[in-house]
Amino acid sequence: MKPIVKVKNLTFKYDKRIEEETLSDLSFTVNQGEWLAVIGHNGSGKSTLAKLLVGLLEPEEGSICIAGLNVNDTMNRNGRSHIGLVFQNPENQFIGTTVEDDVAFGLENINMPYEEMVKRIGKALKLVDMYEFRSHDPSRLSGGQKQRVAIAGMLALKPSLIILDEALVMLDPKSRRELLSTLQHLIKTENITVISITHDMNEAASADRIMILEKGRIVKSGSPSLIFEEQLDLQPPFAERLKRELITRGGEFPENYMTEEEMVRRLCNYCLIV
Amino acid sequence: MQLLFDSVTADYQLGPIRSPRVLRSIDMNLKSGSFTAVIGHTGSGKSSLLKAMNGLLIPTDGQIKIGDTVIKAGKNKRSLKKIRKQVGMVFQFPESQLFAETVEQDICFGPLNFGVPLIKAKKMARDVLIQVGLDPIILTKSPFSLSGGQKRRVAIAGILAMQPEVLVLDEPGAGLDPAGKKEILSLIASWHHEKKLTTVLVTHDMDDVATYADDVIIMNEGQIVMHGDKRSIFSEEKELKKWHVDVPDARRFQLRIEQETGVILPQVCLTVEELAEALIEVNLA
Repeated sequence: MKPIVKVKNLTFKYDKRIEEETLSDLSFTVNQGEWLAVIGHNGSGKSTLAKLLVGLLEPEEGSICIAGLNVNDTMNRNGRSHIGLVFQNPENQFIGTTVEDDVAFGLENINMPYEEMVKRIGKALKLVDMYEFRSHDPSRLSGGQKQRVAIAGMLALKPSLIILDEALVMLDPKSRRELLSTLQHLIKTENITVISITHDMNEAASADRIMILEKGRIVKSGSPSLIFEEQLDLQPPFAERLKRELITRGGEFPENYMTEEEMVRRLCNYCLIV
Repeated sequence: MQLLFDSVTADYQLGPIRSPRVLRSIDMNLKSGSFTAVIGHTGSGKSSLLKAMNGLLIPTDGQIKIGDTVIKAGKNKRSLKKIRKQVGMVFQFPESQLFAETVEQDICFGPLNFGVPLIKAKKMARDVLIQVGLDPIILTKSPFSLSGGQKRRVAIAGILAMQPEVLVLDEPGAGLDPAGKKEILSLIASWHHEKKLTTVLVTHDMDDVATYADDVIIMNEGQIVMHGDKRSIFSEEKELKKWHVDVPDARRFQLRIEQETGVILPQVCLTVEELAEALIEVNLA
């Protein structure tokens, strides 16, 4: 595994007059093909981190290297071309008058030939299940549909690193699961790396690694099972929550983190013994 | 306050272009003091239904009765002012409606427009700010200097300051961390009970539906396809599947356990506590 993202001593603050830093001395790496979930309270610096990673903000100190290129090196503007960012609120990124045009915008900017463009747009819209809506006005779509279009616009560019800033929050649970599994399949087949900023613990639990931010610092980083075992204040996925609830009611369960599968199997076994 | 929809049909008009009908002959009766969750696939018309409640989307056909005010096509929009005060609306991403220089000015904007004197409005701003769990110290700050969760609370405070009788919320928890979301929703629930509001909540989180709402409306392609008490709605898996609606985590887990063990739990469980109780009751744990 080789790291595709290398962040070293990253420090940032919005208002230089105040002491407190939005992000202070952040260092971490993300391997190629890894799905990293970044979680933390509102105001912990997650979205700021996303903006820094794609070069929308400039770090005060420290460096960000993505695929060997420094993001803030103004000499190589191509450095950003293989990073895709989807914002929390899709309204923030619409410019086209139809869904197709909107998805085409990024492709036009990299001078893609027309035929290839048509193919890619169709494919991206089908992936997010918005192909039927291709000639609609994006501003007239519902919140969740807008979010899908925003994701399609990013997928059409075939980025090697995808950054999702709570990009699935407006979707209904079913579409969220579907889109999530589409993305998970995509990253496996195309070896894409994902950094997903999320509040959805089910999503975080399915990531390869979870990183917790608190007041602009990394407080913990590790596999989902490790994180949910050690950070008891974190709301765990449902199966673990049920286990804890049963323990308080006198049930006998192992202390360590249990996935849904494990929990179901355990309850079934119990049934057989009784 | 009662909300009555009588075969309401509506669409969005932009110059000569009309969108396909977003609400199709909706009949609905929300009783005074009810807490209703509206759920459905993206694009099913949930947000449009809310807009119709506030007179932002005027029906092309049929009529809406809110308390004793009627909204229908061709009616003078001025007469809707009363409704705007009675029905407090919290949009998706309400923080995008912040505009003033200070938090205080922003919260006072609504009440001042409805004729509340400045001194009283300022006092109200302070009170609601405390109620949404923020420190009054930020009253003099710019709303744009706050974090996402704080902005959301200020925006909701602005609505609460108008003291509406009906509270209409479009995904108030989206984008908040789990703790912040729980706080906002508990706050809304306690307001609902204390002030005897009629509350309508659009959400995608079935666990929120299970925890806070009493009734559930399911929408599909601009129509209400199911409306009833939450426990009876969530017990009809087949129907729900047809409308692409999920069940709460607890119910989903319950169904899985029931299928794998063959043991049927005594009741439809909607929360983790209910499921734990039920599992112990049938000796599964």
